Amino acid sequence: MAFWILAPIMVVAALGILFVRKAVHAALLLAVVMISLAVLYAVLEAPFLFAVQIIVYTGAILMLFLFVLMLVGVDASDSIVETIKGQRLMAIVLGLVFGAVLVTAFSQISLGTAVGLEEANTGGNIEQLANILFSRYVFAFEATSALLITAAVGAMVLAHRERLTPKETQAAMAAKRMRDYAESGKHPGPLPAPGVYARHNAVDTPALLPDGTASEASVSRVLAARGVMRSAPAMADDIEELQRQSGIDGAVLPGTSGKSGAAANTEASTGEDVK
Amino acid sequence: MTQYVVLSAILFTIGCIGVLTRRNAIVVFMCIELMLNAGNLALVAFAKQHGNLDGQIAAFFVMVVAAAEVVIGLAIIMTIFRTRRSASVDDASLLKY
Repeated sequence: MAFWILAPIMVVAALGILFVRKAVHAALLLAVVMISLAVLYAVLEAPFLFAVQIIVYTGAILMLFLFVLMLVGVDASDSIVETIKGQRLMAIVLGLVFGAVLVTAFSQISLGTAVGLEEANTGGNIEQLANILFSRYVFAFEATSALLITAAVGAMVLAHRERLTPKETQAAMAAKRMRDYAESGKHPGPLPAPGVYARHNAVDTPALLPDGTASEASVSRVLAARGVMRSAPAMADDIEELQRQSGIDGAVLPGTSGKSGAAANTEASTGEDVK
Repeated sequence: MTQYVVLSAILFTIGCIGVLTRRNAIVVFMCIELMLNAGNLALVAFAKQHGNLDGQIAAFFVMVVAAAEVVIGLAIIMTIFRTRRSASVDDASLLKY
C-alpha cells in the first residue's frame, strides 16, 4: 500500500530534478525522493537502513549539498549551450531506451513469492546486521574506515586555501580608518542607522540628514542595488488624509504628525493673530 | 517484489538521463546520488526476496561509499568554482588541451 502511494511521488520528484532550473529546488526534490525511499526501506523490513537513510542521506549528504549551493551561489543555473551537437537529444533517447529495456526485462521475470526477513531478523534487525557485518564483511568494514579517513583528509586538503596576505589586525584597520579621515574626510565612526519614523520603521528607509535629504550610507548597499529603497518624505504625503480619516485635526493636536501638521498649525495660529 | 525493482529501474534511468543532460555540476552529483539510491532500493528489495541480510549490508556499504564520494566531489566542485567562478561541467575542460 505504502509503495503505491510513494512510488508515483518518487517518480514525479525524480523527474522534477531533471526539469527544475534552480539547483536548490533539485536538492529539495531529491530530499522528497530520499525520505520516500526511507519509508520504503521500513516497509521492506530494513529498520536500520530506514534510520541510516534519513540520518546519513537526508540529514548529512543533502545538507552538504545545500551548504555547497549556498557557497557556490543559489542562482547558478544551467547553461543552455550545447558543447556537443545533439548530445542532449541523444542522451534522452538513449536513456529512455535503457529505461525501457530495464523495465520490460524486470516486468517479464517473475521472482516468485518473497521469502521475507522474519527468520533472518530474529533477535532484531540491527543485531543480525551487526553479526554479518563484523564476521563475514569485517574486512570490507575495515576498508571502509580507511576510505572515510582518506575522504575526510582529501576534503580538507582540497578545501584548504593558503593565506597569501597577512591577516588584517584590528589596530591596522583602525589606523586605516584614521588615515582615510585625514586624507579624504571619510567619517571614521560607524555608519548611520536607517530611518525610524512614527509610521514606518525598517532597514529599507534611509535616515534623514538635518537638511532633510536622505542619507545613502544608512541603507545596506544590497537593498540599494535591488532598488527597494523607500523614501521617508514620500510616506508623509498622505498624512493629512489619514488625519482626516482618524478624526485627528492637525491644528487641534499640534506636534503629533511631523512636518506638514506643524506647518498647518503655525499657519492657523498666525491667522488668528491677524484676526 | 517486482514492482520495487521496476521502480528502482525507473529511478536509475531518470538519474542516468540527468547526469547526461544537466550542466550544473551539483545537479549532476544529485543525479548520481539518485542512481545510487535506486541501486540501494533494488538491493534491499532483493534482501527481502531472498530472505537474508546480505543485500542490506551491501546497501549500507553503498551509503558509506556515497558519503565519501559526495564529500570529495563537492570539495572538487568548490575548488573548481573558486578558480573558475562557475559550477558548470562545460567550463572545467582544461584537461582536454
